[in-house]
Amino acid sequence: MDGHFAASDAGLDVARIREDFPILAQTVRGKPLVFLDSAASAQKPRQVVSAMVRCMETAYANVHRGPYYLSEQATDAYEAARAAVARFLGAGDAREVVFTRNATESINLVAHSYGRGVLRPGQAVLVSEMEHHANIVPWQMLRDERGVELRVCRVTEAGEIDLEDLSAKLADGKVGLVAVTHMSNVLGTVTPAERIAALAHEAGAKVLFDGSQAAVHRRVDVQAIGADFYVFTGHKLYGPTGIGVLWARAELLDRMPPFLGGGEMISSVTFERSEWAPAPAKFEAGTPPIVEAVGLRAAVDYVSAIGMPAAEAHERRLVDHAMRRLSDVEGLTVLGRAQDRGGVFSFALDNAHPHDLSTLLDRAGIAVRAGRHCAEPLHARFGLEGGTCRASFGLYTTVDEVDTLAEALAKAREFFN
Amino acid sequence: MFDDLRDLYQEVILDHGRKPRNFRRLEGANRVARGDNPLCGDRMELFVNVTPEGRIAEAAFQGRGCAISMASASLMTETVQGKTQAEATELAGKFRELAMSGVCPDCGASLADEMERLQPLAGVHEFPSRVKCATLAWHTLNAALADGAEERKATSE
Repeated sequence: MDGHFAASDAGLDVARIREDFPILAQTVRGKPLVFLDSAASAQKPRQVVSAMVRCMETAYANVHRGPYYLSEQATDAYEAARAAVARFLGAGDAREVVFTRNATESINLVAHSYGRGVLRPGQAVLVSEMEHHANIVPWQMLRDERGVELRVCRVTEAGEIDLEDLSAKLADGKVGLVAVTHMSNVLGTVTPAERIAALAHEAGAKVLFDGSQAAVHRRVDVQAIGADFYVFTGHKLYGPTGIGVLWARAELLDRMPPFLGGGEMISSVTFERSEWAPAPAKFEAGTPPIVEAVGLRAAVDYVSAIGMPAAEAHERRLVDHAMRRLSDVEGLTVLGRAQDRGGVFSFALDNAHPHDLSTLLDRAGIAVRAGRHCAEPLHARFGLEGGTCRASFGLYTTVDEVDTLAEALAKAREFFN
Repeated sequence: MFDDLRDLYQEVILDHGRKPRNFRRLEGANRVARGDNPLCGDRMELFVNVTPEGRIAEAAFQGRGCAISMASASLMTETVQGKTQAEATELAGKFRELAMSGVCPDCGASLADEMERLQPLAGVHEFPSRVKCATLAWHTLNAALADGAEERKATSE
């Protein structure tokens, strides 16, 4: 795509990138918007918006069924999106990419189909203390329904996965699946996926990575990592809501029973019985998110044109700058201190509750999230049941915005004193 | 930078937020309820002592939350002391209206003094995401006073 994104020594041309995100140009409560909540959902570049509009205005019909021009156009676009996602993930075969509604649905699909179809009572699923609720609750439901044990790997004080504990919990060979995040949505910690996959495989377990954050902040290669399942969502990757991805090794998808039943996912239906279509169709019952897939493809193209290494370098600069500036703010604690961390971090002020703090920051035009960020057990782990504020960076985040945050935090502390 | 937020964070709110009154477990309370705001993690336990004549002899609470929710609970425990259950329920309704709209149309009629004390919290109506912080204590009070409830629990939802 556009060559103007090539990274220079000075990093990304963020001013140029920001022109692609019209929403960022606005003022909020009289102040320039400082959007630091991309980890919850990222803003959308024009390229994504216009690809979706173009699809609906020129090439839209239902897919995989209409023997006519428009349907063929839409089918091609939908399948091209699948191929683009496969390349983005370093997958060998586009048929290993299943489109879902979001990462939550992707994990539920695995919990339902692999969990109920392949795992056996007495086996265990191993998660970590730093999981998003989306990677906890489906396994609890599986545990309660099927008698599959749920184990939890500890997180160290630094906010990293305790690999010794992971090994210990794998030791008896009962774990059938390790399901952990590739990057914490609270701490920003990037987990050592390759190492985790190797440990899981040595113990005879498969491994699922929740890549909802990692896919946005790091280059992902599912084959190099050694993943068995990898999930992420479109809307955090500058794409639309309503589309998520499950990548899984073909032989696993083949062994898994369907998740939802309906049209698209069958090869033949009688009232006596139905036969399933091969993957990925087997897992895509009903009319899929066609326009959303086109939007996701545009988002993947957009991020790929910028280049993950350049994006990652930009983010490292922002995080380093943020850690320096925030360490000067009296009474401020940043959660975790992982060696490898992406552009997401959570913090607490000693004299202000996160909700009061976020209300103040909002007055300064700064959008941060407050609460427990769908990671209640992790907050309990760090003794912060009352929650934290979280700031997260995107391609469009500037060093000036980090400064604005640091200055507002110092003033907020004065306000509550 | 934050001067216009003084409407929301008035001195009385910051004061009650920092040093909530009646912040303790009330031994011998005959009505107890728990309030939760699952979205933000605010949590409180409310203790009320109701006399055989149906008057609130004392109210106290424990819990955690933002300045708004702590101040609201603190002011509430002070305001409902000595009120009948019916008056407390009426106050809860009026307060809800105050928090949602910023005004309390028929507050002049009854319980005017009490509503006057709660007036500092009227500023939350401009912050839709914070209204629940202010109303959690009152939802919890309603749950505590509800007749025949086996398990007394309130949520902000």
